[in-house]
Amino acid sequence: MIEVKGLTVRFSGVTPIDDMSVTFPGGACGLIGPNGAGKTTFFNVLSGFVKPAGGSIQAFGEDLLKLVDFRRARWGLRRTFQTEQAIEQLSVFDNVAMIHEHSGAGRSERNEAVLTAIDFVGLEADPRAKVGGLGARERRLVEVARAVVGKPRVVLLDEPAAGLPDEETRHLSEVIQRIPQHFGALVILVDHDMSLVSACCATTAVLDFGKLIASGPTAEVLRDESVINAYLGTEEEL
Amino acid sequence: MGAAHAQERAGRARLPRVDRPLLVRLLVIAGLLAITLFLFPATLGADWINTFTSVAIYSVVAAGLVVLYGRVGMISLGQIAILAIGTWIATRLSFATDLPFPVLLLVTGAITCVIGVLIGLPALRLSGLYLALITLMAAGAVNVVLAQIQFPNGGGGFTARTDNPSLSGLKAVPRPSAATGDNAYYRYTVIVCGLMFLLAVIHFASKPGRAWAAIRESEPAALAAGVNLTLYKLWAFALASFMTGVAGCLLAAQVGTPNTYSFPTQDSLSLIATALIGGIFTLWGAIVAGVFMQLLPFLFQAQWTVNPNFLLVVFGAGLLQVLLSAPGGLIDQFPKDMANLGRLIARKVPVTRQAALGIGSILALIIGIVLLVTVKDSPLIGIVVVLLSPILATLSQD
Repeated sequence: MIEVKGLTVRFSGVTPIDDMSVTFPGGACGLIGPNGAGKTTFFNVLSGFVKPAGGSIQAFGEDLLKLVDFRRARWGLRRTFQTEQAIEQLSVFDNVAMIHEHSGAGRSERNEAVLTAIDFVGLEADPRAKVGGLGARERRLVEVARAVVGKPRVVLLDEPAAGLPDEETRHLSEVIQRIPQHFGALVILVDHDMSLVSACCATTAVLDFGKLIASGPTAEVLRDESVINAYLGTEEEL
Repeated sequence: MGAAHAQERAGRARLPRVDRPLLVRLLVIAGLLAITLFLFPATLGADWINTFTSVAIYSVVAAGLVVLYGRVGMISLGQIAILAIGTWIATRLSFATDLPFPVLLLVTGAITCVIGVLIGLPALRLSGLYLALITLMAAGAVNVVLAQIQFPNGGGGFTARTDNPSLSGLKAVPRPSAATGDNAYYRYTVIVCGLMFLLAVIHFASKPGRAWAAIRESEPAALAAGVNLTLYKLWAFALASFMTGVAGCLLAAQVGTPNTYSFPTQDSLSLIATALIGGIFTLWGAIVAGVFMQLLPFLFQAQWTVNPNFLLVVFGAGLLQVLLSAPGGLIDQFPKDMANLGRLIARKVPVTRQAALGIGSILALIIGIVLLVTVKDSPLIGIVVVLLSPILATLSQD
């Protein structure tokens, strides 16, 4: 469980996150909102790239904001980015192994954990193949494998389905749904694809201009009038 | 997960330790080592062997750049100054102590490593142009300091300094007792340099190498993955400086009485240019850089009696050519171009305009060099042909 209380982020005159209080109870949780609502900024606060002006974040009873940025991975925080971050120079195996090596897990568990993660996301490519030679779909799966390898506690997925065709989004959706149960991790999913969010997430929070405007069971939230207004003109997608 | 799935996983878990491309690579390396260790000393004269000793030493310095820029993405224009520091430390240590040569190599490497890390500290805050400027200025400063200290100038003891310098009394840095002759010392150098390359290879294939690749790809993503940026950036500077320090020690014993004038600041620029031309992303490229830095000037000056300063034009054109059309450097592009040329000659496949221009660009560089050394009276002809190379490379891009 992640409890966010009164979180505020200010960049000279702009307030991308304004007094946000929300609880992510566990399982897979959606975080939606129009462009510029503050979703990625929230992820960046969790990662430690952005220092909030106020508020607190308790993750599984621990004060996440107190941890030094690179130590958060060791604590169990994983994330993907909107832009692709798989390392082209390295093989699929090394890409995933690299994450495991800095997660604080033992070296003896590494190979099995890496191969398990690669299998988990349903990646068929040879683990020894260089990521630079893979297609967009496979690279995306490598990124998800990087986010789940070992013992993640919180997995942040930032628009993992952006640009993928429907067929591949369905596969990704299945993978995301299995993460909480298989790894015991809390997933926060940011995406504009409402069918993906509905399929994966039992609960969803909605940000608009840095303010939390709704949170609760996904189906209810998506029927909420203020949410529909925030997404004005895209109701048919809901 | 089904039983078949688990079985498949178990099968995949046994990744073969040595795959075929690796085996081929090992054989190639063994072959090249055999040629450099045995064929060269048996067939070439002393001046050639001395040059190849320098090639090996400068390859290690270039390998330091492969670590810093090729792997981590940090630019350093001060590597020749680090080499000078290594040479200077080795000379002073060898004058002041009776350390056996292998120990001298290690101690020099270790001290240079510490100094290199200090010089690398700005890299934690700066990158790109600013880091390049800082390292270049550090290189200049090192040179000024070494020149001012006037060491060695013929004195004795730890300072080895006297107010009445006499070059005739200058003590020489002794070579290892097992390798005092030129051929033996050449072999010794090649083996030590080979060990330095091995050290780099081991790093690349293990945890630091993967962390460096992550930093190069994206610092925020590396940070989110739990990579301690400070630690791994300084580690890269430490490794590069250690290797360069060891190279400096080898250089000290090769020349005997090192001179600060052998480490001009501009050589740091030539080094990164030749490393980029050779291919800064692989250690093979570092060997090409060593050849460009040491063998080509020797060939121009001693063998063909051409002004070696023309090489600056060649390096400039070659750098432009590589930056425009082959970011992987010659080591990556040259085999491709030669394969294309082979296809063109054999008329197997219709060669595209791009491929033809790419080949033309490489050939212009080669023919230009040939013209420079053959038509000595009018070097302008060779220079013009060399300069065609980047122009053709530009045309091959669109």
